[in-house]
Amino acid sequence: MSLTDKDKAAVRAMWGKISKSADAIGADALGRMLVVYPQTKTYFSHWSDLSPNSAPVKNHGKNVMSGVALAVSKIDDLTSGLMALSEQHAFQLRVDPANFKILSHCILVVIASMFPKDFTPEAHVSMDKFFCGLSLALAEKYR
Amino acid sequence: MVEWTDFERATIQDIFSKMDYEVVGPAALSRCLIVYPWTQRYFGNFGNLYNAAAIMGNPMVAKHGTTILHGLERGVKNMDNIKETYAELSVLHSDKLHVDPDNFKLLSDCLTIVVAAQLGKAFTGEVQAAFQKFMAVVVSSLGRQYH
Repeated sequence: MSLTDKDKAAVRAMWGKISKSADAIGADALGRMLVVYPQTKTYFSHWSDLSPNSAPVKNHGKNVMSGVALAVSKIDDLTSGLMALSEQHAFQLRVDPANFKILSHCILVVIASMFPKDFTPEAHVSMDKFFCGLSLALAEKYR
Repeated sequence: MVEWTDFERATIQDIFSKMDYEVVGPAALSRCLIVYPWTQRYFGNFGNLYNAAAIMGNPMVAKHGTTILHGLERGVKNMDNIKETYAELSVLHSDKLHVDPDNFKLLSDCLTIVVAAQLGKAFTGEVQAAFQKFMAVVVSSLGRQYH
């Protein structure tokens, strides 16, 4: 299920529309992930405050979305583009890759809620494929 | 038996009471057929599903989307009895329709996206959690009678 030219164009177009709100999207997605999937809180036991809109959540949401921005810019070769991030997740963070799917879903839910007219089914399928590819690239160095 | 908080019950009742089944049903099903095209395998007799526009304009898809939402309403009206409510439908999906139960989750995810698009800011993390919990119970019940 690799990204076609049509998918890449759709992702770039969507990113063009949503990138200004990237920080807000990241904060909302991460915040709701911690609420909807409480098991994900296990990765953040070192944070003082896990509530949505807390400082650590907002800050980390920003981090996540700059990773997404990087992936958009490297969409023609996600594996090499995300190599450094993959190494970080594999060797230091050791986040179970099943959680990539969970966060991807939350990001898509936030995009749908913030951009209902733009998040058409066609845009949705390309974005879903993109996040699948991103997740795969992020898991590349795990084993 | 599933334990529901007052907030979860109220949220589910609220979402479904305000929902237009004839808009949300078709939107969710057509989105599923577009985003996860392998789900089209179950709709071979629905005619033209060749592209997104065809799917979204297909009257059989629309009708079936509405049917699905009415099926969900049964769970909404029987939240303390969801497993029993869907026992018969589970047998139908297993023995007659031969639907891979993994597909229920795919449709559920698309429905979540459609509801999120409708509710916007009102679709908070807590509301999403309640909605996804309800859908998870329905999905589990629909897969329960497979053998």
